[in-house]
Amino acid sequence: MNAVHIFFEPGFFTSSPVHVALVIGAVTAVASAVVGVFTVVRSQSFAGHALTDVATTGGSGAFFFGISPLVGFIGGGVIGAGAMDLIGVQRMRSRDMATGIVLGSATGLAALFLYLDTTKSATTGATQQILFGSIFTIDPSTIPLVVILSALTLAVIGLIYRPLLLSSFSAELTRARGINLRGVGLLFMIAMAVSVGLSSIAVGSILSTALLIGPAAASVRLTNSLRAAMVLACVLGVLATWLGILFAYDSFYWIPSSQGLPVSFFIVSLIFVSYLISGLSVVRRSLGWLTANRLPTGSTPALTSKVEV
Amino acid sequence: MTNSPVLEVDNVGLSFSGRRILDGVSFEIHGGEFTGLIGSNGVGKTTLLRIILGLQRPDSGEVRVLGAPLSPRSRSLGYVPQKVVIDPDIPMRARDFVALGLDAHRYGFARRTAQQHELVEKMLHDVDAERFADHRVGSLSGGEQQRIFIAHALISQPKLLLLDEPLANLDPKSVQEIVALLHRVASDHQVAILLSAHEMNALLPVMDRIVYVTDGRAASGTTDEVVRSEVLSKLYGHHVDVLKLHGRVLVVAEPGRDNEDIAQHPTLTVD
Repeated sequence: MNAVHIFFEPGFFTSSPVHVALVIGAVTAVASAVVGVFTVVRSQSFAGHALTDVATTGGSGAFFFGISPLVGFIGGGVIGAGAMDLIGVQRMRSRDMATGIVLGSATGLAALFLYLDTTKSATTGATQQILFGSIFTIDPSTIPLVVILSALTLAVIGLIYRPLLLSSFSAELTRARGINLRGVGLLFMIAMAVSVGLSSIAVGSILSTALLIGPAAASVRLTNSLRAAMVLACVLGVLATWLGILFAYDSFYWIPSSQGLPVSFFIVSLIFVSYLISGLSVVRRSLGWLTANRLPTGSTPALTSKVEV
Repeated sequence: MTNSPVLEVDNVGLSFSGRRILDGVSFEIHGGEFTGLIGSNGVGKTTLLRIILGLQRPDSGEVRVLGAPLSPRSRSLGYVPQKVVIDPDIPMRARDFVALGLDAHRYGFARRTAQQHELVEKMLHDVDAERFADHRVGSLSGGEQQRIFIAHALISQPKLLLLDEPLANLDPKSVQEIVALLHRVASDHQVAILLSAHEMNALLPVMDRIVYVTDGRAASGTTDEVVRSEVLSKLYGHHVDVLKLHGRVLVVAEPGRDNEDIAQHPTLTVD
């Protein structure tokens, strides 16, 4: 055993499922991270989580009807986003209610589909695959579609970047600028649905919230610039995904005669650890170059400490 | 000051489910003028500002900005909304929020020129916000946030700046600072100001004109023309006295009347 094998068990670099997993994992982590920063900024984490439940419904339904789960995840999410918009997710006061109603009914439908899936295939594998993902069993032919959808999601965010940003601060100010507030909000919800659908194939529909919110939540603590936060979230998301894939692969060899441990567990745990680390003040200070929080001369450091609550 | 009005509000009326919110409101604002829109809470000030911004259609009457009928995309209006609560978790520096005032309505990524960066610096200087320009907007105090919102509204060089209760929830020192700041930028930037407030005394030294609103009706003119017992009694529909003490104005209803209706009531308790 050479030194490399301390970290990388044999076959990691030559295994084709690992290659597919690394590519899909990185691409979906980037889309989730960028959308996630806006989700956090707009306080729409709950809506993001509801979309993962609707994606579960879509994914389990697709499994039952024999369609690609990716189509089901994304289709379910987009329909859910539309339903939430119709019920009134854009109005601050009815936002929680709209989200809750869609979340509840979608999860009920998912219960039905998952039951049918398991009775149809006589295995619990369907439930495991839809809820918690199976990144090592992805068909390589889905890579182009995943890449295109991720690129489209990023393009939509790029297109509505400034109106979306302003609307995260004040709806009135946004409307007064002649911006179509509802249109921008709906486009963002759809981008969120697509990114949730994409990460569902990597970490499973239920855990895609973690990939959406986690890296973004850690990165907004570490910088005062939105763009830097997006770059940082991408780095954290991709790192967590790749390390998660590595650990899951290695775990085949950790316990004799085991099946290996689920990738999603490692990815989500690593994201959580990165979030905890981001709360340490020593990390924030050493990342000072990223925070763009230059103190002008004559200003007291005490003023900045308000930021770090 | 020019003679052609920046803003003409012409006989504007609005009802909501049978309740009259605004009733034949008319006034004009000319270039560089500082106008106070004064009235107690719930008399229709915010609704009137929303109509001027094109966010609400009046049932009757018309609003013209620079002589042209209203368009919501009008760049000639700047706006500072009421009570914006900003989460300190949002990673956005004050300077970035000011810059967003330039082009928030544009789609695609921002590629800002050196000139635009200079303009941002100038605006931060003009509202005296350089000290906290690199701090998160959400971490600033109320008065500091108001400066940033004013710079955000002014950077697109509007002819008219609308502010909805910008002095509410500020401590007395910040109120004075913001009023002085607005007075200064109005002349430096040649921008007319329409500011709504439920308390007029802080504005008396700087107000060129006043639009006094109660129960959806309005009287406008200079402070001396409007804040008189005859005019306000007619507007309220019952007798009120206007007392002037040490450069401050108190509007008081006759005994037995509810002073709650009266815009200046807060000063009675403060002084």
